[in-house]
Amino acid sequence: MTMLGDRQQLSYIASQAADARLNLELETEGMTLNIGPQHPATHGTLRIIARLDGEQVVWAEPACGYMHRGYEKLTEVRTFPQVTTLVNRIDWLGSFANEVPFILAAEKLMGVEAPTRAQYIRTILFELSRIANVSLFLGDLGVQLGAITPVFLAFRDREYVLNLIESATGGRFHPNFDRIGGLKDDLPAGWIDETRAVMKKLRGFCDQIEDLLFGNEIFQSRTRGIGVIPRDVALQYGLSGANLRASGVDWDLRRDQNLPMVWNKTDWKVWTHPDGDSFARCWVRLQETRESTKIVDQLLGAIPSGPVMAKVPKIIKVPEGEAWVSTENPLGEMGYYVVSRGDLGPFRVKIRSASFNNISITPWLLRGVYVPDIVTILASLYFILGDIDR
Amino acid sequence: MIGLLAEVPYWGQSLLRVLGGLVAVLLPAGTIVYVFLFKMMSFMQSRLGPMEAGPYGSMQLFAEVGKWLQKEDIVPDRADARIFKMAPIIVLVSTFLLVVVVPFGPDAWFTDFETGVFYALAVSSVSVLGILIAGWSSANKYSLLGGLRAAGQLIAYELPMVLAVMGVVIQAGTMNLQKIVVAQNTGSMFGIDAIGHPYVISQFFGFIIFMIAIQAELTQAPFDMPIAESELVSGYMTEYSGFRFLIFFIGEFATAGVFAMIASVLFLGGWGVPFTWFGWTSIDDVANWMNFAGPLIMFTKMMLLVFFIMWIRFSYPRLREDQLQKFAWKGLIPVALLNIMVTSILKVVF
Repeated sequence: MTMLGDRQQLSYIASQAADARLNLELETEGMTLNIGPQHPATHGTLRIIARLDGEQVVWAEPACGYMHRGYEKLTEVRTFPQVTTLVNRIDWLGSFANEVPFILAAEKLMGVEAPTRAQYIRTILFELSRIANVSLFLGDLGVQLGAITPVFLAFRDREYVLNLIESATGGRFHPNFDRIGGLKDDLPAGWIDETRAVMKKLRGFCDQIEDLLFGNEIFQSRTRGIGVIPRDVALQYGLSGANLRASGVDWDLRRDQNLPMVWNKTDWKVWTHPDGDSFARCWVRLQETRESTKIVDQLLGAIPSGPVMAKVPKIIKVPEGEAWVSTENPLGEMGYYVVSRGDLGPFRVKIRSASFNNISITPWLLRGVYVPDIVTILASLYFILGDIDR
Repeated sequence: MIGLLAEVPYWGQSLLRVLGGLVAVLLPAGTIVYVFLFKMMSFMQSRLGPMEAGPYGSMQLFAEVGKWLQKEDIVPDRADARIFKMAPIIVLVSTFLLVVVVPFGPDAWFTDFETGVFYALAVSSVSVLGILIAGWSSANKYSLLGGLRAAGQLIAYELPMVLAVMGVVIQAGTMNLQKIVVAQNTGSMFGIDAIGHPYVISQFFGFIIFMIAIQAELTQAPFDMPIAESELVSGYMTEYSGFRFLIFFIGEFATAGVFAMIASVLFLGGWGVPFTWFGWTSIDDVANWMNFAGPLIMFTKMMLLVFFIMWIRFSYPRLREDQLQKFAWKGLIPVALLNIMVTSILKVVF
């Protein structure tokens, strides 16, 4: 016990208590199952300690930190422009979206605003990374439930999006394209038409997934009514993103916040679902992907001409101050609290990543479910390990 | 094979039968793995599948087998070593035992049991034992869960399978697989005997129940709870490596092939063509070339059925354990019982 931290010690006591209850009722011994860190269901290295009674979970607890990379500390020894390279590795599937809130926070401190054209391109790339991210979720969902075909469709169609991101930024996974005051480059020639064609394909992909997976009776029976998060519980645990919207809370930072981005100039809808179960979470994400393609389509037609970079000094020194900016990232609310002391680099950065808060509900949610449902629930909560262990 | 092998001494006959059995198990297993797993599934999933080993990757299976054979045969420290090593062999042997009763032609059979159906159904449940002890002896919690799920599932789906076959037995009036084939090919429906009387038509519900049950017996999606790679890693196979894993792997596909053969015998007329096409009236009239054409016809029918099995496997998500049990006990078994009742009433009426 001496090796365990306070938190883990509490967990251990809770597991013993759960066991004691079990013994009292059934006079049988439970079984502790370590799901992870290396387990296909956790798509990464999350460890979930589950106490089982047969196939039923009596108590479960995620043990985070296996892949902790210390990004908050690392940012302190980087200059402001260097930080984007780091932070786009947090949620590695939607990496451009990670850069944006940090850059916006730095811009807020400096009092700079990106030119309109840069704002448009930022928003488009932000939505593209959301599409790339969520389309993989939609495919992965099938794998978690045992259907292997959707994931290949997802990889095929995500490739188009990644190609777009690559041709615009030079990086498929880690663009590192966002700069304080604008963007590194303008869009390449012909990119807009290509993107339009890809958005059409992606809408086709959404229809395909809806037919193949969401309409499937087995999928529905595995997800409907499983892992229900009521509205108030979702709010208490600080869920964000699609997980919160699936519990019926109409909350989307893209719409509700006034950031120098251009979501408000397009016509789209925030989808919510009253049920709060696994199906609702998946369904909301599917609808969101569709909305994202719509947003991108509308923005492509409206990109104004002009520069993509505001006038900023060569050597960026951010004036003293503190700023908090969060955006609606693919996984939920992602924010940076940046403290600057007027140096080349930030004094302290606090990263609020969506997945860390989203999986905090798992002990509450996994109690009493069956082992197969652990997988469904985890898949529908949708976390990226880099986003949990920063 | 008696007619064909009349001149061959007994030991020669036995040897040929053993070789025949090996071919009958391994050839379908290989073809199914190659055609369906590697290619069919790849095309369904918009990818090419293996392309490097041999022309269009046709040697991939040999490459895979070579790979598995080279790997170390690991037995976990706390595993019950002897039983652990035995388990995959039990699974494979049950497949070999199954193929013994399947008739491939008028004379091409291994044994001609009067109670062939009974034997096939009995032997098919031996594999449960192998899976259960594989799960239990691995000393792995995932394997244990997988093994227990497998046992529960295979027992639950054994029943609808047996009940579905009952309909065929009632209709054919025999438990001999060879006679069931003959009954289908000499029969007629409403006086029309152009296509004989394959029981897939008159026993349609039985056929569907049988196919669902063998899907579950083979632990293929949507009934692949015992393997469930995304939750139980690979269930009872988790701790196996090297050629023991290969045996499980071959066993899985060979069993798919053999079950499909049995289904084609019971419901699709097996090796035969409708006897009226060539003016035959009984099995004694059947021309000798059917001993060569029969296995091919049978193989075609088997591949057709395996195609459906794999098609469903690759497109459906999996059920949960309790849903699976509910489906068997509350869905399939009552329907199967009803099917038997209706069949017996109609049998008496007509």
